[in-house]
Amino acid sequence: MKAAQLIRDYFVKNGLGLGSFLLVAVLFWVVILIVLPQLSMLDFSFRHHLPPPEMGGPKDTYTIEHYKYLVLGAPGADTSYNVVDLGVFGRTLLAAFFVTILDLVLCYPLAYYLGQSRGGGAIRILVLLLIIPYWINEILRAFAFRIIFGESGLINEMMLTMGLISDPVDFIRANVALYAGLGYAYILLMIFPIYNVIESLDRNQIEAARDMGASWWRIHWRVVIPYAKPGISSGCTMVFMLSAGALAAPQILGGPSSLWFTQIIYQWFNTGGNWPRGAAFAVVLLVACIIIVLSMMRLFKVKIGDIGK
Amino acid sequence: MTKGVDVDLENVWIRFGNFVAVREANVNIKGGEFFSFLGPSGCGKTTILRSVSGFLEPSDGKVRIGGKDMAGIGPNKRPTALIFQNLALFPLMKVWENITFSMEVKGASKAERRKRADELLDMIALPDQGEKLPSELSGGQKQRVAIARALCAEPDVLLLDEPLSALDLKLRQHMRTELREIQQRVGITFIYITHDQGEALTMSDNVAVMRAGVIDQIGSGHAVYNDPATPFVASFVGENNVFRGKVKSIDGNMALVSTNRTGELLARIATTAQGKLKVGDPAMMFVRPEVLNIAPDTSPAVNRLTTSVLHEEFEGLIYNVFMEGSEGKEIKMSLVNVGKQRQSAEGNNLTLEYVPEQAVVLPAGELASE
Repeated sequence: MKAAQLIRDYFVKNGLGLGSFLLVAVLFWVVILIVLPQLSMLDFSFRHHLPPPEMGGPKDTYTIEHYKYLVLGAPGADTSYNVVDLGVFGRTLLAAFFVTILDLVLCYPLAYYLGQSRGGGAIRILVLLLIIPYWINEILRAFAFRIIFGESGLINEMMLTMGLISDPVDFIRANVALYAGLGYAYILLMIFPIYNVIESLDRNQIEAARDMGASWWRIHWRVVIPYAKPGISSGCTMVFMLSAGALAAPQILGGPSSLWFTQIIYQWFNTGGNWPRGAAFAVVLLVACIIIVLSMMRLFKVKIGDIGK
Repeated sequence: MTKGVDVDLENVWIRFGNFVAVREANVNIKGGEFFSFLGPSGCGKTTILRSVSGFLEPSDGKVRIGGKDMAGIGPNKRPTALIFQNLALFPLMKVWENITFSMEVKGASKAERRKRADELLDMIALPDQGEKLPSELSGGQKQRVAIARALCAEPDVLLLDEPLSALDLKLRQHMRTELREIQQRVGITFIYITHDQGEALTMSDNVAVMRAGVIDQIGSGHAVYNDPATPFVASFVGENNVFRGKVKSIDGNMALVSTNRTGELLARIATTAQGKLKVGDPAMMFVRPEVLNIAPDTSPAVNRLTTSVLHEEFEGLIYNVFMEGSEGKEIKMSLVNVGKQRQSAEGNNLTLEYVPEQAVVLPAGELASE
């Protein structure tokens, strides 16, 4: 009864045409584009790796062998755990975490400045300058970073001319280029949620805190950051999820010895041709990311509804 | 016994580019005084307040608090506390944390802060509300929390920027009494900014009336109301009927003003204009609605005028009678309701009289816009 009432209210409020469009569009988006493919991935991850003719045959049963493989490695291997894949997995999450912190540290002051200076032409130009690089293709941007950070790249050349170093630094091998590239790729996703929240912060609160003798550090710690928390967590969630799931930047900017977990997934799907294993690895990454984000939110007392703000 | 300190503005000018927000302000506010700046919006009163609180440095002149020049001293270093128009309570801090924020800044322990918060909550009659968030309080309660927060720092001077403007009428009137009481109790200097002359008159020891960056008059509420220094003050503070004309003759403190439509009217020359106003000068004569009365007969005199009644309205405490004046302006008379239904005089002629000493003559000048 209540549901029927809700549906009626919804159509009365939005009209039949717009109401049905919204409903169909949202359902299509959520069910067809998100839920169903993920479910089929999940299903895949529990199946055996079989040649196409045997699919659907008697051998096509459910198994957890791919998950087992991720944890324990191939049967009969030297080590009792799959050290290589688990190592890459842990390193990827750690690196994504690091990239998130880096972006937060870089973006918070910028977002604060943008949000608190009331509009004006200079601000609009600044925002535009932030957006324009994103008109360029992600892969091109990654290659540009490779050039900048390369052994005979801009930074090395400059430092050599200035006499700061005598031999070029291998930024690629040290993964500096990778972190810089990833951090740069998601800067906007960090700035805008924080900027949106800080823009609505009443200036008088900052002045009131200042009037009561608070230092800049304390004003931010006690007044601005608590207020901006929904924006900060929203930005951090996006940057963390996307960094952990990035593929192009690690492929192009990553050092020869460093592998991103997404690259392993890609290999299983592509060159490895083992879709079920790739699916299992992808599911593990997704679940791990969700668990990390949720526990971070709990740690910092952010409600899931706040993220949408 | 008073803890309050003097606040002096000495020849203060504040400019923003070419715009002069405050022009040559000279004010001496005595320690422990309740002092108001009264003026229409945009007259520079908030700018003055910001220069006292330290958010703004005057372009010229000196601000002294307790005799000490405040130049170069930031808001966090001044012995002032500011209550903002929108109160600016911290929404994510509990009430007690809000109140004791100034102690937190100084590094006071949590126990100390709790104790002080409880004392202040008792003072503002909100005991046991410390654990709430500001959003859980009513408008008047928030008001009191803002006052407690400002007083917690034990400032020598409390600055209030129209803090009552967001409240409804009844609460506003109540808070006036309460603010005045708190001020008497703590004994520090209060500087109050308002565009509401009722607030300024009821609470203040002294009032500065401002117009377009200029202080027109400083004096007690009584002085500002009864002996205005300029036509602006006369027309901005309270209601006033204005009659334009020329000074016809002067006798001591009294002047006879000949007006176009209402004949010759006698009134006292305002103190500031005494000795300066000369025969033949363009002048303005002001009579307050409550000073006007219905004359017992219609014989002409220098304190009488006859005009036709346009409309009347009943306000409860008073009847307002609006009559035809000069230059399209209506003359307003207020009669106290003594419990008898008034016979409407709409459309009839009335002869009014007033006590000439209660009307004021000033040199012609700018009036407050309606």
